[in-house]
Amino acid sequence: MTMSTVSRVRRQLPLSPWLFAAPGLLVIGAFILYPFVSTLINAFTDRRTLIEGKFVGLDNFRELLHDDMFWIGLRNSTLYVVGVVPALVLLPLLLALLVQKNIPGIAFFRSAFYTPVVASIVVVGLIWVWLLDERGLVNSLLETIGVGRVGFLSDQWLLLLSAMAVTVWKGLGYYMIIYLAALANVPRELHEAAAVDGAGAVRRFLTVTVPAVRSTMVLVGALSSVAAFKVFSEVYLMAGPSGGPAGEDTTLVMLVQRTGTGLTGRVGYASAISVVVFVVTVALMLLVLRADRRDES
Amino acid sequence: MSVLEKVRPARVVSEPRVTDEHGRRVRVWELALRYALLLAVLALTVGPFLWQLSTSLKGPTEDIYTSPPRFLPSDPTFHNYERVSETIPVWDYALNSLKVATANVVTNCVGSALAGYALARLRYRGRRAATLAFILAMLVPVEGIIIAQFTTMRELGLNNTLVGVVLPGCIGAMNVLLMRNAFLNLPYEIEEAAFVDGANVWQRFVRIALPSVKGTLAVVAIFAFMGAWDDFLWPLIVLSDPSKFTLTIGLNYLHGTFANDERLVAAGTVIAVAPLIALFACLQRYFFRGVGEGAVKG
Repeated sequence: MTMSTVSRVRRQLPLSPWLFAAPGLLVIGAFILYPFVSTLINAFTDRRTLIEGKFVGLDNFRELLHDDMFWIGLRNSTLYVVGVVPALVLLPLLLALLVQKNIPGIAFFRSAFYTPVVASIVVVGLIWVWLLDERGLVNSLLETIGVGRVGFLSDQWLLLLSAMAVTVWKGLGYYMIIYLAALANVPRELHEAAAVDGAGAVRRFLTVTVPAVRSTMVLVGALSSVAAFKVFSEVYLMAGPSGGPAGEDTTLVMLVQRTGTGLTGRVGYASAISVVVFVVTVALMLLVLRADRRDES
Repeated sequence: MSVLEKVRPARVVSEPRVTDEHGRRVRVWELALRYALLLAVLALTVGPFLWQLSTSLKGPTEDIYTSPPRFLPSDPTFHNYERVSETIPVWDYALNSLKVATANVVTNCVGSALAGYALARLRYRGRRAATLAFILAMLVPVEGIIIAQFTTMRELGLNNTLVGVVLPGCIGAMNVLLMRNAFLNLPYEIEEAAFVDGANVWQRFVRIALPSVKGTLAVVAIFAFMGAWDDFLWPLIVLSDPSKFTLTIGLNYLHGTFANDERLVAAGTVIAVAPLIALFACLQRYFFRGVGEGAVKG
């Protein structure tokens, strides 16, 4: 094959590549990139659902500072990251180690552990609402062993904790798969050398496994913290649309949905909250990646 | 490995011949511990689904709040499934979800294959800009732009339609980039040969490139189906007319309206989750292979 053929293959009619890419570009342009730009613009207007807005400068952001609901949302979304991320970095790794070995029936266990990932968040939410109900399974088990019933869904803080537990429960299988792929690349010789040196299972985990999958742990940390900060469905389903007792369990994205939709929706104000969500999300990513680089040096 | 095993070969031989991925024998106590842990996690991950199934099969006279709890229905019945379809049009909702999910699979497979091929295999001015557009789109947090998507949809007059539910995710940027990577990994030689034989772009794409990336295409299809079938926030915002609801929104409605009868809600959730578990059980082998390969190649 001569070079001229190669370059002829690569040089196409000027139009056809764009025809191939057009549908994709059109969809992301119209429904992702354009809405993103218009969110940034709307944040500085007083636009409402049926009323074109006018430019109001930083008014929306000034109002946010005095909006109790915004601070509640910011607090809850932040707590969500703090509560969920460490569990989602560590537990799926342990789970991956458990299902890594090819013993009989392991394929069944791997897919069974993935079931919560496959199930819709609505199904998962409703299942746990029923399990954690005042008269549900968890409480009747607790009563049977003499602990007594707990108001998982009626207490403001227990409700948030329960939602976090559900998020972790649903995410386990997803991150387990990511870790499984990473573990497959850890050379076995490292483990054997450590074993010969007399290292026990815990020590080998800390000195061999963790350093080998470190970059994957950072990736999982970044993915799960961004997802946790944007939590909506779990809390919406378990606490209800108004966000639990006195709205104390509202998260930022719930606030965006509540203020921005409906006939009287304040699109401009909801966009300002969205901008806060963007900024914190990007900051979280940078923070995690930076922590990664510092550890390495 | 230890001295003990060497001096007592008879006992080692009598152990079940279970080996790990390196052909090394696994010790019995370790195996027992592993299975015990596996079963514990199994109870934790699958147990809640079984409890939901059990609740949905319990009759109206059976107490579902007993303590200690009773797992098996004393007199199993499908009555709750009939009742849930009398209460909300659950089969219409399932059909709506199926339409949305099928459309999402078709558009994502076709659209990302086309765009991925253009990004990986064709040379033209603006290719880098096009690639960058998809990367940027992948980084935009959907939760933050959902209100603007809603106003865009209203301007197009597509609010409260199933087309409106499908459109924003119908060609995912992530899928385009997945397909691009798959096409990049193919060798150029075969396409060059076809080019010499006079095949045009379209023929090379359909007959040569596409059949070689079936694995990635399958992963895109599975993700597209699950994503559309499971989605909650976007349909919740875009759909207002109950006759157009998808299954997830219908379930939320059922839960809000009939929260006092857990048997009904349980039957509804089983209807929503059973097809997906069945689909996944059939495809899990391809799925784990595809995801694993993609992740390893990075």
